Amino acid sequence: MSTVFILADFSGEKASKTTAEIATAAARIGTVTAIVLAGAGKGAALAATVNQGPISEIIVIESDDFTSHGVPASADALANLIKEKSPAAVLIASHAFGKEMAGRVSVLCDSGIITDAIDIASDGSATQSVFGGSTTVHSQVSHGTPIITVRPNSIDADFTSCAPAITHATATISADAKKATVSSTQPPVKGGRPELTEANIVVSGGRGTDGNFKAVESFADSLGAAVGASRAATDAGWYPHSHQVGQTGKTVSPQLYVACGISGAIQHRAGMQTSKTIVVVNKDPEAPIFDIADFGVVGDLFNVLPKATEGVVARKG
Amino acid sequence: MKIAVCIKQVPDSWAEKKMVNGLLDRESVDAVLNDLDEYAVEEALRIVEAHGGNEEGGAHTVTLISMGPERATDALRKGLSMGANDAILVTDSALAGADALSTSRVLAQVIGDGGYDIVICGTESTDARMSVVPAMISARLGWAQLTFASKVVVDPGGKVSITRVTEAGVDEISAAFPVVISVVEKINEPRYPSFKGIMAAKKKTIEHKDLAAVGVSAQSGWSQVIDATPRPARAAGVKVNDEGGAGDALVSFLAEKKLI
Ligand SMILES: Cc1cc2nc3c(=O)[nH]c(=O)nc-3n(C[C@H](O)[C@H](O)[C@H](O)COP(=O)(O)OP(=O)(O)OC[C@H]3O[C@@H](n4cnc5c(N)ncnc54)[C@H](O)[C@@H]3O)c2cc1C
Ligand SMILES: Nc1ncnc2c1ncn2[C@@H]1O[C@H](COP(=O)(O)O)[C@@H](O)[C@H]1O
Repeated sequence: MSTVFILADFSGEKASKTTAEIATAAARIGTVTAIVLAGAGKGAALAATVNQGPISEIIVIESDDFTSHGVPASADALANLIKEKSPAAVLIASHAFGKEMAGRVSVLCDSGIITDAIDIASDGSATQSVFGGSTTVHSQVSHGTPIITVRPNSIDADFTSCAPAITHATATISADAKKATVSSTQPPVKGGRPELTEANIVVSGGRGTDGNFKAVESFADSLGAAVGASRAATDAGWYPHSHQVGQTGKTVSPQLYVACGISGAIQHRAGMQTSKTIVVVNKDPEAPIFDIADFGVVGDLFNVLPKATEGVVARKG
Repeated sequence: MKIAVCIKQVPDSWAEKKMVNGLLDRESVDAVLNDLDEYAVEEALRIVEAHGGNEEGGAHTVTLISMGPERATDALRKGLSMGANDAILVTDSALAGADALSTSRVLAQVIGDGGYDIVICGTESTDARMSVVPAMISARLGWAQLTFASKVVVDPGGKVSITRVTEAGVDEISAAFPVVISVVEKINEPRYPSFKGIMAAKKKTIEHKDLAAVGVSAQSGWSQVIDATPRPARAAGVKVNDEGGAGDALVSFLAEKKLI
C-alpha cells in the first residue's frame, strides 16, 4: 500500500484534534506517515503527543530555522522530504500556515494543489464547499503529488490511540527560504474554552450584544462551546480578533452554530455556512441570517439566551 | 522604490454564482475589484506617501498587475483612480480557468521582469479563497515572504518589517528588498477615489500583454474539477417569535437534534 504524508498540526505543544482528522482522511488513500517539524531538540516531546488516529509512522525533522524563518523554511524541509520519499499525497490542515505551506510545497514539488477540502475519497479526490457553501465541488489533482489542505472539523476522526515508529530526517533549507527573519512570536492567548475551529459547538455574538458578551459566554459555557464574534464585534474591541468568524476571520464548521445579534452579512456567512445546524437569535425578523437558520428566534438575545442557558443547565442536571 | 500590487477582479460577493463545465461562470455576474486587494493598493500608496509620494517622474511608483479577462480593466481603473501610477493586464484565452499554480507563474514572471522592490497582495481572493498566491509568488521568485501583515514599516534603506497575524499568533518579521507582502484587512481603511483621481485614471496607461508577451507558455490546470453541484437549499427552518418561551423552545430543539 502506498504511503500518504500528513503534516502533524499542533496547538501549543500538543498535537491538535485536526491531526487525527487529517490522518483519518489520509488513511483512506494509504498508510499514514505524520511529519513533525520541530525546533532543535524538541522533536521527541512533540512527536509523543501524536498518539491518536491511524498513524503508522512519524518522521521528525528538527531545525531552529522553522521558528526563525517561518513558513518558507518549513515548506523547504517538507518539500525536500516529499521529493525524496514520493508519497501518494500530502494532507495539511487548512489554516493560514497550512495553506501557505501547501502553496509553497506545490510550487517546489511541481504538484497540483487543492485547498480547504471538507472530505477526501480513497482515490485522493477531494470535496470542497465553495461560494459560501452554495456549491459542492469534487476535484482531483492531475499532476505530481496531490497537495491537499483539509478544513478542520469536517472529517469524522478516528481517535484510536496509536504508537507510531519514529524516525528522523535532516532539514534541507535553501538560502532563499531564510531571507525573512522572525524576531519575535507571541502565541495566541488560550482561554478555558475549546478552540474555535475545533469546537463541536460555537456560539457567536455580534453588534447586537452592544459590547456585553456575558449572555453569549454563559450560553456557550452551558453547552461546552467556543465563543465566536462578528467583525462588527471584533472591530469595536468587544472581543479579540482571534475569535472573528468569517471571510477575514476563521472558517468554522461545527455541529451547531448559534448566531446571536448577528445580521448575516455575506462575509460572516462565508465563515460559518457549512455548519451542520444553525440557530439564530435576532430581534429583527428581516435579518438575512434567518435565511440559513434551522431554528430562528425573533427576540432580544438578553432575554432569550439566559432562559436557554437555564434550560440547558437544568437538562444536564 | 518600485512597488507592484497584485489585484484581481472577482464576481461580486453578493451575486449568485454558478459553475459551467467545472468553471465559475464569470460572464453572468457583476465583477468588482476583490475587496481585500483594495487594502493592498491603499498600503502601497501609504508606503510611497510616507517617502515623498509617487508624482509623475518621481522616484517612487505603484504599478498594478492583474491576470484576467479584458474586462478586468475596470478593476485596474479603480486602483488607478485611488492613485496608482500605471497597470499591466495579462489576458490570454489559454489562461481561462487558470489555477493558482499557473496564476502565480504568470504573475511571478511579470513581477520578476519589472524590477520591483516590493510586491503587495491581498490575503485572499473572495472567489477562490485559497490564500496561496502570495506564498507561491515568493517561492517562485525566491523573494522574502512577509505575509498576513497587519502592519508594514519600510525604511528607505530597503528593510521591511511587518507584524504577521494568523491563528498561530502574532509574529514580528523583517527582510531586505525585494519582498512579497500580503496584507490583512485590519491594516488600513482604503480611500475612496476622488473625482480628480477618477479623471486622472482615464489618462493612465494600462499595458495589455498576452502569454507570448509575458514569455511563459500556457500550462493546463494541474488540478481538475470533476463535478460541481449546487448544494441543496437548506430546508426551511423553524422561526419563532419570543413571547417569553422561545428560550425553552430553543432548548427543546437542541435536545430533539441530540445536540445536548
Ligand atoms: C473586506 C471585508 C471583510 C469582512 N470580513 C468579515 C468577517 O470575517 N466576519 C464578519 O463577521 N464580518 C466581516 N465583514 C463585515 C460584514 O460585512 C458585516 O459588517 C459584519 O459581519 C456585521 O456584523 P454584525 O452582524 O454583528 O452587525 P450588524 O450587521 O450591525 O447586525 C447586528 C444585528 O444584531 C441584531 N440585534 C441588535 N440588538 C439585538 C438584541 N438585543 N438581541 C438580538 N439581536 C439584536 C440586529 O437586528 C442586527 O441584525 C467584512 C467586511 C469587509 C468589507
Ligand atoms: N488573477 C490574479 N491577478 C492578480 N492578482 C491575483 C490574482 N489571483 C490572486 N491574486 C493575488 O493573490 C491574492 C490571494 O489570492 P488567492 O490565493 O487566490 O486567494 C489576491 O488577494 C491577489 O492580491
